[in-house]
Amino acid sequence: MLSKKVVLNFPKNLIDRPIVYKLIKDFDLEFNILKASITPDAEGVMVLELSGDKKKIEDGIKYVKDQGVKVEPLSKDIKVNWDKCVQCGACVSICPTGALYIKDKNTMEVAFDAEKCIACELCIRPCPPRAIEVHYS
Amino acid sequence: MKTIAEINEKIKKGQAVVVNAEEIIEIVEKKGIEKAAKEVDVVTTGTFGPMCSSGAYFNFGHTKPKIKAGGGTALLNGVPAYAGWAAVDLYIGATAMPEDDPRNKIHPGEFAYGGSHVIEELVSGKDVRMQITAYGTDCYPRKHLDTWINIKDLNEAVLFNTRNAYQNYNVAVNLSNKTIYTYLGTLKPNLGNANYCSAGQLSPLLNDPLYKTLGIGTRIFLGGGIGYIAWQGTQHNPNAPRLENGVPKRPSGTLAVIGDLKQMNSRYLKGVSFIGYGTTLNVGIGLPIPVLNEETLKYAAVKDSEIVAAVIDYSEAYPNGKPEVLGEVNYAQLKSGEIEVKGKKVPTSGISSYSRAIEIANMLKDWIKKGKFLLTEKVANLPGPEDGVQFKPLNERPVKEEE
Repeated sequence: MLSKKVVLNFPKNLIDRPIVYKLIKDFDLEFNILKASITPDAEGVMVLELSGDKKKIEDGIKYVKDQGVKVEPLSKDIKVNWDKCVQCGACVSICPTGALYIKDKNTMEVAFDAEKCIACELCIRPCPPRAIEVHYS
Repeated sequence: MKTIAEINEKIKKGQAVVVNAEEIIEIVEKKGIEKAAKEVDVVTTGTFGPMCSSGAYFNFGHTKPKIKAGGGTALLNGVPAYAGWAAVDLYIGATAMPEDDPRNKIHPGEFAYGGSHVIEELVSGKDVRMQITAYGTDCYPRKHLDTWINIKDLNEAVLFNTRNAYQNYNVAVNLSNKTIYTYLGTLKPNLGNANYCSAGQLSPLLNDPLYKTLGIGTRIFLGGGIGYIAWQGTQHNPNAPRLENGVPKRPSGTLAVIGDLKQMNSRYLKGVSFIGYGTTLNVGIGLPIPVLNEETLKYAAVKDSEIVAAVIDYSEAYPNGKPEVLGEVNYAQLKSGEIEVKGKKVPTSGISSYSRAIEIANMLKDWIKKGKFLLTEKVANLPGPEDGVQFKPLNERPVKEEE
């Protein structure tokens, strides 16, 4: 069982076509939609976490690519600059996935679990010392 | 039972028993008030949160030929400083913004850099650009100055905050259906989150709720250095409703504090930006509480579950000055990560840093234990609940335009 985060970019002509459901139906993959939006130019962007057999993930991604969808690994990393962080916790109730959390209810220390982060960036601007950074790899 | 002079003698000999305001809770629970009051000499408190009514003044030294900034204008890294004084004194406030900052024109604005960031950079020893425009006089002929300055070259550099260390604060929520951006952080719609801002059981004024041991002249930890209580802070409101243990249930007492900026450290004096609101300064303050008798210790042993704050809607009630309170919660509930408001479970966020508050209380503890920090007798009391101080809203008397 493998899990992989990918970004799907749908060109204009494909956004009205059902494509990702085939990943379940034909490739037996589980997926979790982390983000889905349509840009002002009517292009679609979807961030998926795919889980399943390694071979099936590869085949599924190939299928989606063949339909004309651009597929990229999720390469945006959210990092906390701990030198800047003031340990307030303003981010904790903003983060939708619990990636930013209070590690210990006694010390109230803020921690970050990159595994849970979906790079939605909701935390970036509400952070008072602006300690949360987006890195593109 | 004990005097400050006696405690200071113990501190000088390295024999004082000093604990922080968290440790004292367990000590009192184990040993009881009577025994603990005999054994413990000082309880240290701490807080590190955004405190907008903060700023610094300094004297930058005379130029040749001389210039009088007073009556002119001054910019520090592009941020306006107050120059309405004599020749070469300036005051920079935490919330000041560069004139060309778009502020909230595109809402919510970023407020990436303001007065608080200038103060942080000064404290960190970074060069700051200073631009002065003056009108020129016979004795101060120069009209323009554009130079780098550094804190080490300034004659005096003093942090002087007119309102800090709020004794308790509101818990902010948003009942509207759109996100709002406040000085208590970003509030998600329909009770999406609840933000609070106090160190609770570690907070200075919550550990001496009736201001018995502290007053004007009290020496404190300020921004990583040593400071003093200068006065009661603005909006000091000792008449807020209180619990039986003396703890106010609403924002109440405040402190005006002063200290040498040159000794301070940007870890405890940090410029921060609240999206859609503005810039402010995170200030670290630690107050030592001398255990003079059982009563002072009883107050200092207060714990989170015994401190209550009001939940206020910041979409409607707060901005319009309405007194509506949605409920009361204690700090143990707030720190659990979730409170209940109008029957809904709401995740909480602290805006004041509890972990850094502990760090400050421990630093102060360490200074006292090592004999580097002696306690002071207060010079005068701060107004308490019996002293008739009232915190009033503005009596607005609109000026009519004359034809």
